[in-house]
Amino acid sequence: MNDTLANTEKKTAYILTLPAVLLVFSIILFPIFANIWISLKEVELKDIRIPEPRAKKILKSVPDEPSKIKILYKLRNSSLLQEIRDVSFKDNFPKNFEIEKLDSRCEYIKSSLKCEFGNWPAKYKENFQVIFTTNDGSKIDKKTLKSIKPKLDGKSDNILLNTNFTLKNFKKVLFENEFVDLLLTTFYYTFFGTVGSIVFGILTAQMVNQKFYGRTFMRSVLLFPYVAPVVALAYTWELLLDPNSGTLNSLLLNYQIIETPINLLGQKYIEIGIFGFDFKLRLALTTVIMFEIWRYFPLAFLFILARLQAIPKELYEAADVDGASPFQKFFKITLPQITAVISILFMIRFIWNFNKFEDVFLLTGGASGTRTLPINVYQQGFAISDIGMGSAVSIVIVVLLLMFMFFYFRLLGKRVDEN
Amino acid sequence: MRIKNTIIFSLISSFFLIFLISIWKILATLQGLNINSFNIEVLFILGLLISLAHLGIANRIKSIYKSIIFSSVFVFCDGYLIQKLPIWYNVGVFLILYFFSYKIGKYSFIGLKEEHSTQVILFDFLTLFGILFFSFVILFPFYMMLVTSFKTQIALLVNPLDFSINFGQDIKDLFKSYFVIFKSYKFGKYILTSTIVSVGTVIITLLFAIPAAYAVARLNFFGKTFLSTSILIIYMFPAIVLVIPLYTIFSQLGLRNSIEGLLIVYTATTLPVAIYMLQGYFKSIPKELEEAAILDKLSWFGIITKIIIPLSIPAISSVALYVFMIAWNEFLFSLMFLDNPNSFTLSRAIQYLSGDAETPRQYLMAGSVVVTLPVLFIFVYFEKYLVSGLTAGSVKG
Repeated sequence: MNDTLANTEKKTAYILTLPAVLLVFSIILFPIFANIWISLKEVELKDIRIPEPRAKKILKSVPDEPSKIKILYKLRNSSLLQEIRDVSFKDNFPKNFEIEKLDSRCEYIKSSLKCEFGNWPAKYKENFQVIFTTNDGSKIDKKTLKSIKPKLDGKSDNILLNTNFTLKNFKKVLFENEFVDLLLTTFYYTFFGTVGSIVFGILTAQMVNQKFYGRTFMRSVLLFPYVAPVVALAYTWELLLDPNSGTLNSLLLNYQIIETPINLLGQKYIEIGIFGFDFKLRLALTTVIMFEIWRYFPLAFLFILARLQAIPKELYEAADVDGASPFQKFFKITLPQITAVISILFMIRFIWNFNKFEDVFLLTGGASGTRTLPINVYQQGFAISDIGMGSAVSIVIVVLLLMFMFFYFRLLGKRVDEN
Repeated sequence: MRIKNTIIFSLISSFFLIFLISIWKILATLQGLNINSFNIEVLFILGLLISLAHLGIANRIKSIYKSIIFSSVFVFCDGYLIQKLPIWYNVGVFLILYFFSYKIGKYSFIGLKEEHSTQVILFDFLTLFGILFFSFVILFPFYMMLVTSFKTQIALLVNPLDFSINFGQDIKDLFKSYFVIFKSYKFGKYILTSTIVSVGTVIITLLFAIPAAYAVARLNFFGKTFLSTSILIIYMFPAIVLVIPLYTIFSQLGLRNSIEGLLIVYTATTLPVAIYMLQGYFKSIPKELEEAAILDKLSWFGIITKIIIPLSIPAISSVALYVFMIAWNEFLFSLMFLDNPNSFTLSRAIQYLSGDAETPRQYLMAGSVVVTLPVLFIFVYFEKYLVSGLTAGSVKG
């Protein structure tokens, strides 16, 4: 009895979870493995478009004969590389239509025109013309005729499914792609973005944890950058920082703080001299990191604030009795209480910043020294159209990510053991 | 001790005053006023004098009169330095000074000898400074987004710092950018697409996530722990590594440029966190309720629809809002999968618009306002629900 009950429970559980599991596995887990397959091939963007037979329908009226019409189909193979086999064609017409002169490859039955065009080599083109008249002499309505689209079908090979593999892509990624620079840029972006957002998160959380007028409003405002769409924010920043007419540069010029505009998003290096030491700062990268911090410190703020509000008040009251100063209270009570949150936040944000694509893409597109690994996936895969290379870079990201996660769960496990 | 604290107090408060006035001057400059200098030295000296005077006068005058006197003196000096400024600017300066003297009002010469008062002053002013600084830094881009959308190209070329809005003009001229993006750039259609995609994602995600979360929370089955840990791990995988395979597969299946394609991807990427959030809440519902229902021979479908869902409306709404926000803001997949302007979402449409260097920036900003407003509105209105969603789902972002 118990056994069957457990069995039905199991069955129900599988039925309930199956749709979600299937969807997640096919859209997330499968592509991760598909990356391995694609990265081992030399595939370009144009190869993955399946060759399609296409027809453009052009209507030409015959002068002085409203009941007659010429229809020109511009037929072509969409692929420049592959042939299409057994192309079939079908188009429908109004019932009162009659065809003049039927092509030998076609037949006209029940007011639909069907043709078998055979094999089309790559780049194939043909102008195929038919003439129709109405059998009751009525005028031809071009609009309805135009709205009916011809259907074409054909067979072709798929480059992705064959079994020719090569390691060329990985060789290119690791040795011909300025790989070290790529890794360094990604690391700077990730590390400073993470640290910055956590530092600002601590500051703001500490602020909002005190009582002041308009505190709840402040809490909402602080989360604005995180909840607003990245597209809108990135373009607003771009506008503010624009060297020609951007608000920031105009303001600085207006107050005579600078003499020439600074191209904050388009300049790779800026020379800075402090105390006689000259060094080069990666300007565009710094700006992008600032945006990153601006957009993600609210998250750190939210986490840390939640933790701060959970710290028992007695601790502070006891400290007051002992005559502790505000800074002592912060460093001796608050900070130790939030270290656990901070370390988790650090790992999570590190992993996510490591994978961040949109922010950099929208601000600089990866130019002027802001090319990170995710940007490189896009550049390889879609700008240079080398899908195989893009996949290889994705694999590099996944491997690095797995390493981070390994450390993360190791750390998390240790923490759990300690408690 | 007292001398040291007095010096620190007056220094910090004058820095704070410089900060307050500078922000006001920046905002005033952006209204088209011709202010070319912050006059930091003068501000600093005035700030020092005011804070010292405040300590000196102490309680001999009522604090309201004291504040008014300080403010008037400051406005007079400031107005003398930069002449020909409109009255509203000076009123603003007056109010800022009033606020400032109110804030320093709680310090007195006697209080400054207390232990730690240096740190208390520092802490107080840093907090105050932080609140204002962060509000400014965060709200400024949003403010610029809004005001730019009301300007015209020519006006911005003539004076790139004049963002004042002329409310006297015709409503049609004021909202011109908005009319243009809706008329010429089909933004109405994009809003519709974005709404359909976001709401659709919410509905499908909930349909899939509620049963799965229930199973994970309540039922015993083989592979349960594996499932719940793999959900979290899968969630850590970024969209960028999925893009190329999904692009190839979707190209071949003809799912690119379609709402269905976006719905599938968005649902799959938000499902893990939705399940994770819901199962946590479901576990907190007392089991006894379901046991009674099982005795009444209710099926799992009945249990979920009649007991679980009504009891977890708060959790479900926070999941729904969170998923809606993710789907509405999503950019990467819409960039990859949509290249036909007819199937654009709002984010993609704005990006497309910016790709044309000829597009005037006020149109771009009007589009940005259109895409931002619904999210901010939902956020402010349902903040309580959304914040819990953000905290749980914040592994992602």
